[in-house]
Amino acid sequence: MNTPPTSDPTVRTEHLGRVVKDRVLVEDVTFEVRSGEVLAIVGPSGSGKSSLLRLLNRLDEPTSGTVYVEGTDYRQIAPRELRRKLGLVNQRPYLFPGTIEENLQFGPWQRGEYLSRESIEQLLARVGLKGYASRNVANLSGGEAQRVSVARTLANSPLVLLLDEPTSALDEASKLEVESAIQNVVRDHGLTCVLVTHDTAQAARLADRALLLEAAHVVRIGSVSEVLHA
Amino acid sequence: MLKLFFSNQLYLGLAQALVAALAAMVVVLLARKRGIHLERDTLIAMVRGIVQIVAVGSILLLLLRGPRWTSGLLLAGMITAAGATSARRAKGIPDAFRVSAWSIALGAGSVIALMTWLGVIDTAITSLVPVGSMLIANAMNTNGLALNRFRSDVLAHVGEIETALALGAEAKTSVSPYVQTSIEASLIPAIDSIRSLGIVWIPGLMAGMLLSGARPVYAAIYQFVVLAMIFAASGLTSLVSTLLIRERIFTPAQQLSLQPGR
Repeated sequence: MNTPPTSDPTVRTEHLGRVVKDRVLVEDVTFEVRSGEVLAIVGPSGSGKSSLLRLLNRLDEPTSGTVYVEGTDYRQIAPRELRRKLGLVNQRPYLFPGTIEENLQFGPWQRGEYLSRESIEQLLARVGLKGYASRNVANLSGGEAQRVSVARTLANSPLVLLLDEPTSALDEASKLEVESAIQNVVRDHGLTCVLVTHDTAQAARLADRALLLEAAHVVRIGSVSEVLHA
Repeated sequence: MLKLFFSNQLYLGLAQALVAALAAMVVVLLARKRGIHLERDTLIAMVRGIVQIVAVGSILLLLLRGPRWTSGLLLAGMITAAGATSARRAKGIPDAFRVSAWSIALGAGSVIALMTWLGVIDTAITSLVPVGSMLIANAMNTNGLALNRFRSDVLAHVGEIETALALGAEAKTSVSPYVQTSIEASLIPAIDSIRSLGIVWIPGLMAGMLLSGARPVYAAIYQFVVLAMIFAASGLTSLVSTLLIRERIFTPAQQLSLQPGR
């Protein structure tokens, strides 16, 4: 097992890669994200952005390299605990049938915990949905559903928020709603975040740094302006 | 009408089989016209079916005169074959054969053993083997339906399952809605059989008992007994197989390994 460096970033990948049936999805990706930082992963479709995010959440297994979370090799962390720490929001919200509150309680319930009504309202306020707790998820717009999905992940009190193209399936108005909710959560609350997006303007609005991925490889990493305008 | 042409019973049987098979093939052709291709599967299944039943019929003739322990051997062979058949409905799920064989052995096997011990099933080979085979065959069908439904539900809900995993759910929790629907769907035929007993169909066993001189009321009650046993065996098989299979579609790191195109 490799020894992690002394000053530990929140997340650090080391030569991370995944190959499935001779198809290279991610290869030799090394980067780090410091506490409170927002890193945007940008690149064309099929470049491996979402595959990389799945590896961070360990929904897929790396075939090479690993990820350190606050200095600990993530293979030493129980998968359920790891996924709570590195909370993932998908492109589609995949809300569970029932009310918004039930969706928000899902993560804590898995650990035998229960969120108070006040905590639920606070979470919903952070995504601009105060007073929505008892609504059925079947009656939500696309933007509202995605904001519930963000709040549901936040209900697990993650260390890092992983956002996989959170606005790509939405119309322009809903996209702005969700982006504003993310801005509030990430910027105003200082949450560490890895954002996958093909929208470079969005990356510029939300991120501190950017990583450009092409054909499964890291092409550039640095400040947003360096990466996007090089 | 066929009886007019065939006086020999063997030839009559073959002619009857041919006519019945032709009826099945007409359905296959109708399905083909609608773009549903069942030709290969149906043809192979029918040829296999006739060869197997004739071969087993001949072997049974010998074994039915043998000692009682041979029925255990026969039933064990049937369970293995049933496991292999229903495992084919769970393509892409690791260990499907072992899971199916164990589930049928536990589901049908335990019901057969208990009912034989209690005297509900007679220990004579001529009774134990046919009744036991009915329980095994139905458990096989239920198992195939449960695994097939579970597989297709999981493949259709990968996003929901992975969302639950990403929120820290255990693997078994993430697929629990699909385990439930699989068990329910697999038991529909067994429940409908009991519900429609005597109204929609008079099963072969009862007809056979009547022909061999049993009292009609006893034959009727025993038919209910058989269907209740079928439900017990099928239900237990379905419960066990979904329980065993649900964790096998995940890696040790709780990653969903059953994915479209993998």
